[in-house]
Amino acid sequence: MTTGLRIFFIGGLTAYRGLINWLSPWIFIPTLLVAPVFQILLFVFIGRSAGVQSDEFYVIGNAVQYASIPCLFAMTQAIAGERWQQTLAYVLVTPAGRLPLFIGRAMPVIANAMVVAVFSLLVSGLLLGIDIPVSSWPGIAVVIFIATFSCTGLGLVCAAVGLRVREMAVTNNILFGLLLIFTGANVPIEQLPGWMQAISERVPLTHGIQAAREVADGATLGDVSGLLASEAAVGLTYTVLGYALLRVMEHESRKRASIQIA
Amino acid sequence: MTHAFRLFWFSWLFNVKNLTTSGFFMLNATISPIFFATIAHYMFESGSRPGSLLFAALGAGMMGIWSSVLFGSGGLIQWQRWQGTLEYVIGVPPGLMQIVLPMTIATASIGIYSIASTLLWGWVIFDLPLDFVHPMWFVVALVVSIVSLGLLGLVLSSTFVLLRNANSLANLLEYPVWLVTGLLISLSLLPGWTRPISYVLAPTWGIKALRGAALGGDPAPAIAACLALGLVYLVIGHFTLGYFEVRARRTATLALR
Repeated sequence: MTTGLRIFFIGGLTAYRGLINWLSPWIFIPTLLVAPVFQILLFVFIGRSAGVQSDEFYVIGNAVQYASIPCLFAMTQAIAGERWQQTLAYVLVTPAGRLPLFIGRAMPVIANAMVVAVFSLLVSGLLLGIDIPVSSWPGIAVVIFIATFSCTGLGLVCAAVGLRVREMAVTNNILFGLLLIFTGANVPIEQLPGWMQAISERVPLTHGIQAAREVADGATLGDVSGLLASEAAVGLTYTVLGYALLRVMEHESRKRASIQIA
Repeated sequence: MTHAFRLFWFSWLFNVKNLTTSGFFMLNATISPIFFATIAHYMFESGSRPGSLLFAALGAGMMGIWSSVLFGSGGLIQWQRWQGTLEYVIGVPPGLMQIVLPMTIATASIGIYSIASTLLWGWVIFDLPLDFVHPMWFVVALVVSIVSLGLLGLVLSSTFVLLRNANSLANLLEYPVWLVTGLLISLSLLPGWTRPISYVLAPTWGIKALRGAALGGDPAPAIAACLALGLVYLVIGHFTLGYFEVRARRTATLALR
């Protein structure tokens, strides 16, 4: 039990620091702190140009949606990166439990994504004069935690696929674009065609964004408990799927002697 | 003259083919603009001031051209360095400018995929009629925009190489330029202090020229502005590229970061 917890927390953090060692402040600040603010400004001004929705709608939607960058890219790198560093075989040969080994790496990713979402929400809110009551912030933090957990589940699926597929950066970019459309960050879900709405219900962040908007408008966590439960369920589904895929990939790579082969 | 043209043509062709094989560039050039065009379309459609679908398609296409220039030209010299080919590029008899210029124009040319993909997306998915008001002017505006953005790429390639974290700077500059050049919005909505920035960036005039030719209006002034800016970029690029070459030779840091 203690070993499992050690692998989960210390192992997860060590692996994250080792595999994402290139994330210096020179990269982190422009890419993960400044870029989301400009994404928010872009959509706020498109919204104003089209005469649709309030600034707050885009600020909250895009701040939560941009958390998908660390969730997808960092989670993929935190596992599939082992292959590029030629250390995957050493990881897979250990007797460590696979659940804490793989899932533990998600914790720093979630923390990183939360920082990105909260920072962009705070800064763009200040820039655009969005008035979110102080009392709403703890609730928003809880919503963002559940939303980033949910999206990290999708990142875990990407990480598993990354053990086989070479161009995961391209795949993650496509997923980021799809989340921009389908999560309702910029277009209300009910205005999308029926088939798109059906997809929206099944992707991470959709319910989280909706819940964050309601909490910012004064709703309590109890009021949005249904949305939060849906978001958590979506996240759990992707996490289980991602973990299962990782085990399948591990099994297959052992069987085919293809560990670390790009 | 023939020699210079041949050099330009083959360097351009080589880089277009090279970038076309890259999944990252093809994604930036074709799929990403479609995402933005789709969102803009739904936003304009549901708004109280509906915008034209063609307006969104052209704006998103120009966004793709800018991304290609930003990442393709911004990292051009650095990639040559990583691939170990920078010494050959500098060592050959033609000047560095004659080699780099066609390559940066090639990165902008990849943007044709962006315009093509967003127009095709509009036509196939949303029955967008592709009946441009001035079709010939549209072709001229597209060519001039690409050349002008390619020349801006020349400036980026020779200045980004002096920075250690040029890639993150490229990430940083993507959204602000989309915003300030009015690719999907009206420039009048932005604060007045952003206007001078808008006016010195080629995408502002490029999109104005394309929209003038496609939706109606006089595209000639915007095309002229694009050409004039291109000349300014060429002069700046000439000096910055020369500075990089002399500095690298003098300090013997050509292949080093």
